Amino acid sequence: MSKRQLEAEFVARRYAVSQTTMQAAATKEAELIARIVAGEKELFHELIRPYERMVYLTVLAIVKNEADAEDGAQEAVINAYRHLGSFRAEAKFSTWLTTIAINEGRKRLRKAKGAAESSIEEELEEKEGDYTPAPLTDWREIPLEALERKELREALRKAVASLPDIYRQVFTLRDLEELNIEETAEALKLNPGVVKVRLHRARILLQKQLVPFLKSVAPARKGFFRRAL
Amino acid sequence: MKIDCKHVWEYISEYIDGRVDPQVKEDIERHLEHCEICSAILDSTRNILILTADDRTFELPVGFSERLHERLRKEIEGSETELKKK
Repeated sequence: MSKRQLEAEFVARRYAVSQTTMQAAATKEAELIARIVAGEKELFHELIRPYERMVYLTVLAIVKNEADAEDGAQEAVINAYRHLGSFRAEAKFSTWLTTIAINEGRKRLRKAKGAAESSIEEELEEKEGDYTPAPLTDWREIPLEALERKELREALRKAVASLPDIYRQVFTLRDLEELNIEETAEALKLNPGVVKVRLHRARILLQKQLVPFLKSVAPARKGFFRRAL
Repeated sequence: MKIDCKHVWEYISEYIDGRVDPQVKEDIERHLEHCEICSAILDSTRNILILTADDRTFELPVGFSERLHERLRKEIEGSETELKKK
């Protein structure tokens, strides 16, 4: 199998969990929700545990401040608990919860910035702009172990934080929380086509910003041939 | 069909997600076989996505989970009414 086929398989595995696993998890979750609504309220702790990170990252993508994101995430979880009775079984719990987290984040942002400014910001979509990737002729893979290095994690976080708001929100839901295009669109109340465009731009902007730094972290190997040239 | 580099760049995101039509996929792969620039751009983008999505990159604040469940515990204990039907 070629390197490219191996990589494609890796990505396919990451993005496509088997249908059976997903269905089993959804059934278990639906049972849990029914029991909580019926009165076993303390089971909500168990229901929310797999989604803590997702709620936090969603709020963080909007408010861009860790302390605010934690408060907002707590508030979103409490809201989800209080309104669990209105959750419809045909919906997906993760999407429903993400919508609550988005609303909480937006509420906080409006409070912080003033309603007028944030509503204008929502509308802005850069039509023009340079969304061409950073050109390079070779790439030496940065292994996951390199994430043990603080400066690498910081550079990645900084690059995501520097994305325009509308791109960062789509990127967070799709690439960090692994929602699919349709779920991302539903949660952000956008058209799937708009999600695809924003996701593409977000990924290209990250590549453009991070490649120079990452190349300096892992410079290409200089073999005898290259030195002789 | 022969496609140029700019054309390939437009499809990077969808190619990574495996959402391009089979014909476009074939065209892109034929281009990648001989274009080291597009291959490196694609590899670097994919690598960056994998690094960014790792749990270590965006860690939860220390004690986040404990504080969240403590607040939730207080809420659950304090809520005697039924969960809202909206």
